[in-house]
Amino acid sequence: MDISGADFVQGLAFLGAGIAMGLGAIGPGVGEGFVGGKACEAIGRKPNEAGLLTRTMLVGQAVSESTGIYSLVVALLLLFVV
Amino acid sequence: MIDTATFASASYYVGGGLAIGFGAIGAALGEGYTAGLASEALSQKPESAGEVVKNMLVGQAIAESAAIFALVVAIVLLFSQPEVVTPLTAWSAIGAGLAMGLSAIGSGLGSGMPGGAACRGLVRQPGNRGRIQTTMLIGSAVAQTPAIFGMVTAFLLIFLDFSSIPAYPGWAAMLGAGLGTGLAAIGSGVGNGFTAEEAVDGITRNPEAAKDTTRLMLIGMSVGQSTTIYGFLVSLLLIFFGFAEDTSLSAAMKLLGAGLSSGFGGIGPGIGLGLVAAGAVKWVARNQETTGVLTRTMLVGMAVTESTSIYALIVSLLLIVVF
Repeated sequence: MDISGADFVQGLAFLGAGIAMGLGAIGPGVGEGFVGGKACEAIGRKPNEAGLLTRTMLVGQAVSESTGIYSLVVALLLLFVV
Repeated sequence: MIDTATFASASYYVGGGLAIGFGAIGAALGEGYTAGLASEALSQKPESAGEVVKNMLVGQAIAESAAIFALVVAIVLLFSQPEVVTPLTAWSAIGAGLAMGLSAIGSGLGSGMPGGAACRGLVRQPGNRGRIQTTMLIGSAVAQTPAIFGMVTAFLLIFLDFSSIPAYPGWAAMLGAGLGTGLAAIGSGVGNGFTAEEAVDGITRNPEAAKDTTRLMLIGMSVGQSTTIYGFLVSLLLIFFGFAEDTSLSAAMKLLGAGLSSGFGGIGPGIGLGLVAAGAVKWVARNQETTGVLTRTMLVGMAVTESTSIYALIVSLLLIVVF
C-alpha cells in the first residue's frame, strides 16, 4: 500500500466524516427519544392537552436535533470541502 | 513475513474471540437485571418463590440466546478453517466476529428487561400469570431480532466467496460491514427492551388492555428495528457492491467510515425509538381511550427521533456510492 500525503489527508477526512456523523448521532437519538416518550406519557395523563404537548415535543426535539445537524454539517464539510 | 494462509487462520481465532467476548456482555447484564428484579419481588412476597423463580429462569433463558448465537459463531470460527484462502479471508473473519459480538450486546440486555418486569408482575398480580408471561415471551423474542441480523451478517462474511473482490480496498469493506450491523444493532436491542418492559408492567396493572398494549408494543418494537436495518443495508452494500482495485488509503477509509457512520449512528436513535414507544405503551395500558392519540404521537415522535440515523445513513451512502 503506497500512501502519498494528499491521499493520507483525504483518507482520514473520509474516516473523520464517518466517525463525526456516527458518534454525533448517538446523543440526539437518545435525547429525542426521551422527549418523545415523556410527551406520550404526558398526553396519556392529559389527553385534552394533546395539541400543546405535541407542539412542545416537536420544539424540544428540534432543539435536541441541533447537535445531530452540527455533526451532519461537519461530516459534509469533511466530504466536500476539505 | 507471515503468509496469507497463516494470517487468515490466525484471524479466525481473533474473530471468534471478538464474537463471544463482546457477545457475552449483553446477555450477562440482561440476565442479571432479570434476577435482580426477581429478588426484589421475592423480598415482598417470599411465598410466591416457585412461580417467580420459574419465570426468572425462562426469561433468562431467552436473554441467553443472544450469547448462544455469539457462541455458535465463535465455535464456527475456531474449528472451521477457511477452505479457500484469499487476502480478504482474514478481514472477513474479523468483520464476522465484530458483527455477531457487538449485535448481541443490545439484544442480550434488552431481552432480559421484560423478564424482570414479569417477575415483578407475578408478585403483584398472581392471577394474571398467563397474560404477563405471554407478553414477556413475545417481547423477549422480538428483542432478539437485532442479534439475528448480526448473525446473518456474520455468516455472510464467513461463508461467502470473496475471491473476486480485490484485497485493496476490500479489507475495509469487510471490516465496515461487520461494524455497520454490529454497532447499529446495539441501540435497537436496548430500545426494544425498554418498550417490552413497559408493556409487561402495563399489562400487569391492567389486564383488560392486553390487546391494545401488545399491539402498540409490537408496532413500537418493529419501528425500533429500523436503525438496525439501515446498518444491515450498509453492510450488504459493502459486501455486494463490488469495488475496483485501488491501493490508496482514501479508498479504504471511505468504506470503513461508511460502516462506522451507520453503525454508531444507529445506537442512539435505536435507544430513543424504544423510549418513545415505552412512554406510549405505558399510558395505553392505563387509559385505553388514548390509544388513537398516543399511536399518532408515538409515530410522529419516532419519525423525528429516526432523523439522526437517516443522516448517518446518508453519509454512509455518500461515502460508498458517490466518492
